Amino acid sequence: MSVCTLRINERDVAVPTGTTLLEAARQASIPIPTLCFLEGLSAVAACRLCLVEVSGADGREEPRLLAACVTTATEGMRVQTHTPRLQEIRRTVVELLFTEGNHVCAICVANGHCELQNMAVEVGMDHSRLPYRFPDRRVDLSHAQFGLDHNRCILCTRCVRVCDEVEGAHVWDVGWRGEHCQIISGLGEPWGAVEACTHCGKCVDVCPTGALFHKADTNEEKHGHPERLQALVHARTHQEWSP
Amino acid sequence: MGDCLRLCTAASCRSRGALALLENSDRPVKQVGCLGPCSEGPLAAMGDQLLSLQPAENESLGPTLEAALAKSREISAEEPFLKLQRRLVLARCGVVDPGCIHDALSQGAYQQLQAVLAADDPSAVIETVRRSGLRGRGGAGYPTGLKWATVAAMPGAHKVVVCNADEGDPGAFMDRTLMEGDPHTLLEGMAIAAFAVGAQQGYIYVRAEYPLAIERLRTAIAAAETHGWLGTAISGSRISFAIELRVGAGAYVCGEETALIHSIEGRRGVPRPRPPYPAEHGVFGLPTLINNVETFGNIPALLHLGVEAYGEGTKVFSLTGHVQRSGVLEVPMGTPLRTIVETMSGGAPPGRSIKAVQTGGPSGGCVPASALDTPVDYDSLKALGTIMGSGGMVVLDDTTNMVDLAAFFIAFSREESCGKCIPCRSGTVQLEMLLRKLLERRGNAADLSQLESLCHTVADASLCGLGQSAPKPVLSTLRHFRSDYLELLQLAEVAR
Repeated sequence: MSVCTLRINERDVAVPTGTTLLEAARQASIPIPTLCFLEGLSAVAACRLCLVEVSGADGREEPRLLAACVTTATEGMRVQTHTPRLQEIRRTVVELLFTEGNHVCAICVANGHCELQNMAVEVGMDHSRLPYRFPDRRVDLSHAQFGLDHNRCILCTRCVRVCDEVEGAHVWDVGWRGEHCQIISGLGEPWGAVEACTHCGKCVDVCPTGALFHKADTNEEKHGHPERLQALVHARTHQEWSP
Repeated sequence: MGDCLRLCTAASCRSRGALALLENSDRPVKQVGCLGPCSEGPLAAMGDQLLSLQPAENESLGPTLEAALAKSREISAEEPFLKLQRRLVLARCGVVDPGCIHDALSQGAYQQLQAVLAADDPSAVIETVRRSGLRGRGGAGYPTGLKWATVAAMPGAHKVVVCNADEGDPGAFMDRTLMEGDPHTLLEGMAIAAFAVGAQQGYIYVRAEYPLAIERLRTAIAAAETHGWLGTAISGSRISFAIELRVGAGAYVCGEETALIHSIEGRRGVPRPRPPYPAEHGVFGLPTLINNVETFGNIPALLHLGVEAYGEGTKVFSLTGHVQRSGVLEVPMGTPLRTIVETMSGGAPPGRSIKAVQTGGPSGGCVPASALDTPVDYDSLKALGTIMGSGGMVVLDDTTNMVDLAAFFIAFSREESCGKCIPCRSGTVQLEMLLRKLLERRGNAADLSQLESLCHTVADASLCGLGQSAPKPVLSTLRHFRSDYLELLQLAEVAR
């Protein structure tokens, strides 16, 4: 296996060829924030939080902003993960996420265990500099066990990917476009009416916020379980069950 | 049919009643594509003579073609609008009947394809394109020869050539003009590209809003297949190349190449990060060459003339807005903007003056009147904070508020954002809210600095070209017309 050496925040890191910048940074214990990324699912580079400044790749010296989750490390790359420019982008992105939905932590099932909430703390968002939009969004409680509150959805599409790539049911997809985008079940039917749903709950396990939840959960009771997905993917990939 | 009357029945003249004239006529008329100065339409031509059939004010057209011709007005070939053009891509547009392959063949269509197939040297074709310095006419200006060479060098027996005909910028209709007026030039260009890079399958991704272009492309593809210029064993050679038409569903973002690929594959038209580039992993995972309509349209002319005579080439523009004469024109690359918007188009309406020229649509910016001597080429326009773009050119006179213009384009990008990445999905909404606040005279200095900083974030952080360039109309007007913004702040101060 060939190896390449790159420099992340003035630190030399050697990784196998084909490693993404996100993996390389995490191996070196350099944290890069992510929301749409989840180990075990394909990367879509949609949340833009993992943008890093990259120079020295392809002979280009001028730093370019690239999503660490989909960029492969190459020999001689120089990566900066926390410049003021990146920190400004991350804070603005989190503000944009908060202002486009209706995120009321105090009454949320995921309060205290929410990746979006944690991200706001991590990027130092103590308030939003942009105005809240208070969109009119629905809640789908048609499923027997689970609920979907569109007010809390950040369109990371983890549910879409886990259902398609791991469960193979493809219950979820994205409907409409732009600001009108929303997660849809089936062909835009109520979730409970979609026969393809296997009721496995993987979408609920991977949802970073309180958008997908167990109906039995009340305030602060929802915990995400991405490790269940990762154990399953590991078992399938390596034909070995070690939860 | 040499001196037969030619009547433009393409979209613009059609909307001015050209088809009704055709119905009320006994004389033989050849239906042709765009003749150029659309604002004078309906247009007809006889030999070298160009006739405007436009009725005088308060009069109506026709009702018969004879009556319209009796009152027609000749547009002299010496007029700058016609004289200063150099028609390479549009050479046969307005001359041939786009529905008749025999007419196109008699005017030289497919001769370059035949010559290329006879010479049987793909790398020589690529070398010619590379030496010509031709750059992509879709907006970004990537060197065409380099793109072709990259796809040609990809391993694998199956490759794809895609024509991006999803012309979506407001005020842009150059590609529509070629597809409606001379579709065989496009097909020939694509077939030559397919031969050069080794592709067997082609797609034209055309927007649904162009029904006439779709109809004429369908006719042209079928005729080219019948005559052996497309399909298997083209012109008796070993080369096969089939073209399929794919009609868009109204999403502007599908002009972005990765979204376009998804849409061709039958998936949701959303962009994905690059790399991998389409040259490596394109339609159905195959190495794919994607060029714009006008880029392919350049190829037959380039091969016909040779690199030296082709020179810097040309650019087709669709000129609209506050000008006396608007329409489609093809000018030599490097023509000063002033020549186009003042000399050729006659300048702003009487009593007004040109304030700016918007190029590149929602991804572009404004050139202020003070910089009109800038030559139109990729690098000069980029230095001014705009882009060449695909060729839409909107002239704005001194009655225009540039903040209003910026808000229009941001509203467009907001509407057309696919919603995949958050900076574009939500950032464009916030940008429009800020601009509306300024326009409604409720803004303050803090809003202006927030507008600027949010513009940079959206441009830096968005996933694809749509979001990355969406703030450009704002940044460009802030750069050249900051006084329009400051005036609104002052008015807001007075209102408070």
